[in-house]
Amino acid sequence: MTWALTKPGASRKPANLAPWEERPSPIGRLSKGTLVTLIVLAVLGPLYTIVLTSLSSAATVNRAGGLVLVPEGITFEAYQQIFSDTVVSRAVLVSTGVTLAGTLISTGVSILGAYSLSRPGSFLHRPLLFSILLMFVFFPGIIPVYLMVSGLGLKDSYWSLILPTAVSAFNVVVLRSFFMNIPGEVLDSARIDGAGEWRILWRIVLPMSKAVTAVVAMFYAVGYWNAWFNAMLYIDDTRKWPLALILRQYVVDSNPLPAATAGVTGDAPPTLAIKMAIVVIAVVPALIIYPLVQRHFTKGVIVGAIKG
Amino acid sequence: MGVITVKRPAKPAKAAAPPQEKLPWRAKLRRDRSLLLMNLPMLLLVLGFWWIPALGNVIAFQDYNPYTGGIVESPIIGFTNFALLFQDPQFLRAMTNTLSITAFQLVFYFPVPIMLALLLHSIVSARLRAFVQGVVYMPYFFSWVLVVAIFQQMFGGAGLLAQLLRERGHEGVDWMTNSDTFILLITTQTIWKDAGWGAIIFLAALSTIDPNLYEAAAVDGARRWRRMWHITLPGLRPVIVLLLILRLGDALNVGFEQFMLQRSAVGSEASEVFDTFVYWSGLRTGDLGYGAAAGLFKGLVGLLLIVAANRVAHAFGERGVYSRS
Repeated sequence: MTWALTKPGASRKPANLAPWEERPSPIGRLSKGTLVTLIVLAVLGPLYTIVLTSLSSAATVNRAGGLVLVPEGITFEAYQQIFSDTVVSRAVLVSTGVTLAGTLISTGVSILGAYSLSRPGSFLHRPLLFSILLMFVFFPGIIPVYLMVSGLGLKDSYWSLILPTAVSAFNVVVLRSFFMNIPGEVLDSARIDGAGEWRILWRIVLPMSKAVTAVVAMFYAVGYWNAWFNAMLYIDDTRKWPLALILRQYVVDSNPLPAATAGVTGDAPPTLAIKMAIVVIAVVPALIIYPLVQRHFTKGVIVGAIKG
Repeated sequence: MGVITVKRPAKPAKAAAPPQEKLPWRAKLRRDRSLLLMNLPMLLLVLGFWWIPALGNVIAFQDYNPYTGGIVESPIIGFTNFALLFQDPQFLRAMTNTLSITAFQLVFYFPVPIMLALLLHSIVSARLRAFVQGVVYMPYFFSWVLVVAIFQQMFGGAGLLAQLLRERGHEGVDWMTNSDTFILLITTQTIWKDAGWGAIIFLAALSTIDPNLYEAAAVDGARRWRRMWHITLPGLRPVIVLLLILRLGDALNVGFEQFMLQRSAVGSEASEVFDTFVYWSGLRTGDLGYGAAAGLFKGLVGLLLIVAANRVAHAFGERGVYSRS
C-alpha cells in the first residue's frame, strides 16, 4: 500500500507533476490500483449480483444454485409478481408516505427551530438552545419513549414512525450554524425595510440556504426510509408495515409474509429472485436521491459544517 | 450520525448581540414573539419525546406496573432495580460485550477511515477520485436491515460464499449464525457501511494541509514516506485525537439496530449489548421499571463519559462536541 502524496488535482502525467515530486514507482501504482479496485468491488459486487438475481428467471437461479453471477437473459417476473400482490406494494406505499410526510415535517420544524435559535440575545435564547444541545449527550431511553408513544395512543399509528424521531439535534445545529453565518447586514437592512421575521426567513434566508436545506432534508428522508426499530416497536398491524419490516421478516429471517399471499410465496419465480427484488426496491430510493445531493458533500455543507 | 457530530455547535466569533441588549424582558418578548412562535413546533416535539420521557425515568426507581398503578401509584423502591442489575449475569454480559466490542473496533475499525482517506487523497485523477468517493460513501445510506440482508446473501449459510465453496467441493460456511466470529462479522459490516463516510472528516483535514510544506520537505530531501510521517500525520493529529476522545466518550454505544437484527441468529451470549438488554429485559419480559433502570444507567454513564471526554478534548486545546460560552 502506497499512498503517493501528490497534490490534489495534479495530473497523472509525470510532466504535470510538481517539479519536486517523485514519479510514483510502478509497483506503488500497481498496488494502489489493485487496492482501489478491490474496495470498489467490495461495495459494487454484492449490489451487482443482487440486482442480477432479481432480474433472473427461475431456471437461471436454479442453475446458478443461488445468487447469479453471470447474466443469462433478463426478466422482470419477480417485480411483476411483487407488484401484482398487495403485501409488498402496500409496504412500499407506507414507506413512501411516511418518508414524504416525515421529511416535510422534520425539515419544516427544523428550519423554523434553527432560525429561531440563530439570534443570540433573543428572548429565552439560551434555555431553548440548551434543550436542543442536551439531546446530543443524553438519550432518555427506549422504555420511557415507548411509554410516552403508547400513552399518547400512537401505537399502530403512522405518527409513531414520525413524531418520536422528527427532530434531529444534529440537523438543527447544522442549519442553525449555517443561518448564523449569513451576514447580519443583509438581515438588518431587510429589517429596516420593515420585513418581519417570517418574511426574512422565507425571502432571504431560505433562498440563501438551498444546499444545506437539501442535505438536511436528505438526511431526514434516508432516516425515515431506513427506520426499522420504531416500526418493529410500534406497528403491530401487519397491514401498516413499512418496507423495512417486510425486509426483515421475509428476506432476512425467511419467514412467510403475514397474511401470506399466494403470489409472493408461489412457485413461479424462485423465492430468491423475489427476495432480491425486495432488496433492490429498498435500495433504489437511496440510489436516486444520493447523486442529487452528493455534490454538496465534499464541498460546501458537510465540510463547512465540520470545520465549524 | 457518527463522526460528523464532532465540533458541531459552532459559535460565531462575532456573537452578533445587538447593542440594545438591555431591554426589559417584556419588550424582548414582544420583539421576539415571531421567533418564539417559530420555535414552538420543535419545542413541543422535544418536550413530548425528550423531556417528558427523560423525567419518566422515575419508573426506574419504582416497582412499576402500568396496569395497577401507573407512574403515580407504583411503589417507590429506591435503587433496588439498579442493585438487581448488578446481580444479573445477562446485564453483566451486556456490559462486557459492549465494552469489548468498543475496544475491538477502536483497534480494527477506527484506523480504517484514516487509511481510506489517505488512499482517496492520493488518487491523482480527480474524476477517478470522485467516482471512488461516490462508491464508498454509498453504503452509509443503506439501512441496517439492508446491510444485514446483503451480508446474509454473501456470507450466510445459503449465501454466495457458501455456494461457491460447495461448487468446488468444500464445505459451506455460515458466518451469520456463528457466535464465535460475531465480533468480526459486525466489525466488517461496520467497515463496509460506515468507513467511507467516516473518511470525509479526514479528507477535509487533509485538504487543509498547506501544500507548500510538502514542497519544502521535498526540497529538503524528504521522500514520500517521510513526508507522510512528518507532514500528513501531524496535520491529521488534531482530528485523530479529537475523534478518538469522542469515541471513548461514546463507548457505551456500539450500534443498536445492527445488534437487534442479528440477536436471534447468533444468540444473546455474543450479541447482547446495553441497548438490546434494555429492550429484552424491559419490553419483552414486561419488567418496565427494570429495563428503564438499565437504560437510565447507560444514559447517565454515557453522559459522564461524554463530559469527561470533552474535558480531555478541551485540555488538548480542541473544541469537543460542545464548548463553553
